[in-house]
Amino acid sequence: MSAVVTEDRQPFGGGGPSRLVDRVRGAHLSMLPALGALALVWLVLGVIDPAFLSAENLVNLTLQSAPVGVIALGVVMVLLVGQIDLSVGSLSGLAAAVVAVGTVNLGWPVAVSILAAIAVGVVVGLGYGLLSARLGVPSFVFTLGGLLLLAGVQMRVLGPAGSINLPFESWLVRTVQQGFLPPVVAWCLVVVVVAGSATLHLADRFRRLQADLQAPSLGSIAARTGVLAVVLVGTVAYLGTARGVGYSVVLFVWLVVVADVLLRRTRWGRSVRAVGSDRRAARLAGVAVNRTVISCFAACSGLAALGGVLAAGRLAAANQGTGGTDTYLTAIAAAVIGGTSIFGGRGGAWSALVGVLVLQSIANGLTLLDLDLATQQMVTGTVLVLAIVVDTFVRRRRET
Amino acid sequence: MTGDRVQEKTPVPVLSLRGVSKNFGGVHALVDVDLDVREREVLAVVGDNGAGKSTLAGVLAGAYRPDAGEVRLDGAPVVLDPPATARALGIATVFQDLALMDDLDVVENLFLGHETRRGPLLDEVAMERRAWALLDQLAATVPSVREPVRTLSGGQRQVVAVARALLGSPRVVVLDEPTASLGVRQTAEVLNLVVRLRERGHAVVLISHQAADLQAVADRILVLRLGQVHDVFTGDTSYEDLLAAMTGAVRPGTRRGGSRKAVAP
Repeated sequence: MSAVVTEDRQPFGGGGPSRLVDRVRGAHLSMLPALGALALVWLVLGVIDPAFLSAENLVNLTLQSAPVGVIALGVVMVLLVGQIDLSVGSLSGLAAAVVAVGTVNLGWPVAVSILAAIAVGVVVGLGYGLLSARLGVPSFVFTLGGLLLLAGVQMRVLGPAGSINLPFESWLVRTVQQGFLPPVVAWCLVVVVVAGSATLHLADRFRRLQADLQAPSLGSIAARTGVLAVVLVGTVAYLGTARGVGYSVVLFVWLVVVADVLLRRTRWGRSVRAVGSDRRAARLAGVAVNRTVISCFAACSGLAALGGVLAAGRLAAANQGTGGTDTYLTAIAAAVIGGTSIFGGRGGAWSALVGVLVLQSIANGLTLLDLDLATQQMVTGTVLVLAIVVDTFVRRRRET
Repeated sequence: MTGDRVQEKTPVPVLSLRGVSKNFGGVHALVDVDLDVREREVLAVVGDNGAGKSTLAGVLAGAYRPDAGEVRLDGAPVVLDPPATARALGIATVFQDLALMDDLDVVENLFLGHETRRGPLLDEVAMERRAWALLDQLAATVPSVREPVRTLSGGQRQVVAVARALLGSPRVVVLDEPTASLGVRQTAEVLNLVVRLRERGHAVVLISHQAADLQAVADRILVLRLGQVHDVFTGDTSYEDLLAAMTGAVRPGTRRGGSRKAVAP
């Protein structure tokens, strides 16, 4: 029997070059349009205005991307489980207000204020999760209500002034606004990450070969490691010619990596995609559907709150405009543009990173070109529509 | 009831229903249903549309709780719902729509809810290996276990769903309309699969409205009509008799003799 098995599997296990390309393409198909879009946006903006690709501007770009990127990461989780959260913007604004009021008006330590803000987010998310899981209320509706409700609470928390400035000497502001990895630490991180990635891939290949399973070739592992090394070395070297890699950016990327591992390599992550793909089938398979949905809403709201904290740190202030309209639209659009399906079940953590870079590059570039808000919104809207068309197209092609 | 006479000569049933009824609003989907299935036996359940077949599958799967009556496992009363409980008790159901998750690949579908872990993370290597072994046992021709099941053919999807049902080494496998959407060749493959399940020692409940398919593999055939057990036949009952019983064209009393004889398991 096992001899037959091996034979059957050989055409796939052999891993000829074309098969390998198929595998890589299959695994990252949903990311390709976004990466293509990112390259195109950078190319066009770089040609029109070389200042866009200057190290200083790219440092700005990464700093702008981190807060809304963290929010988009949360949105990825609710989208994957087949739900949506329209209130992430308001919630991030509320979290910013909580941090500001806590530290400035109430004199709490910064850490306590941050934890309080994130706790508020998690509680809101748990509430959403219960509404969705227990009562079956459509998330589109109750998070739309939440959007207004939380924006109102945000105003009430901020009080009549409507704006609170954080002191510049607060460590939150110093870390988020002016905190950059020392070059030595950055380079050590690059070495550790590249070596770690290669080691994990080789270990996986070894186990698969031992189990007589299809395994990635040494060449493909070398290629993947090479790409990772080039991207990291390039980023650290180029951004290093200006201010460098901000702490908030490192935090964002770290969260993406953690979320990626949780979503792809744990039981929880698998049930998230299962519920998003087919809720009834997941329940019949024995997945704790309600718990999965609730956890996604809680994670999303917690990350939205953290995004608000980062935004407050970056602006050194919280006001009524923090987490305004464009925040939730950008966060949701970033997740979708990055390749996470609005239909649930398909996508991943990295789509938040790529998607937010695309959108922030457009916003950053158009501001640089002195184009007005109207043009920015039209361009962003067009990109979003294109992304959803691609998403729908991929879904339909897979179904036929 | 005819079933009682068959029962006398065979070992204790693995799974029995006694007087099970289920209503949906004013609709009596199942009325006072008795059913027995033993190890190494294929019990076919046939009936026209609306006879209560899918409700019966739902009760066995633990998706519906009966309004009245008793479910017994090895003679002891049990409660099957929710579905996870039924599975834990060794009753695995393959639903008519298969209940696969299209975006997940074969391995992910097979092990969903029962993943093998290595520390806190999933052990993909162990699961992939076990998946191949299981599919080979079922003589399945699935091209890759790492493709989304969306890309598989109807017969392949059926095999994946059956393989998933077999993962917990269940004692009873319930198949709800496994051939409904399949072509001739794929139907034959699935019926072969049913025979293999019996050879492996499972008790199989095969629910279908295609009476012709069942005669080939069924040891006994239970006919449901309007939610009630109309009669229980042996596997070699003629197609005409079954059809008559399903549609009510012939009354039980006028049925030809010979179809009631007991069957050795």
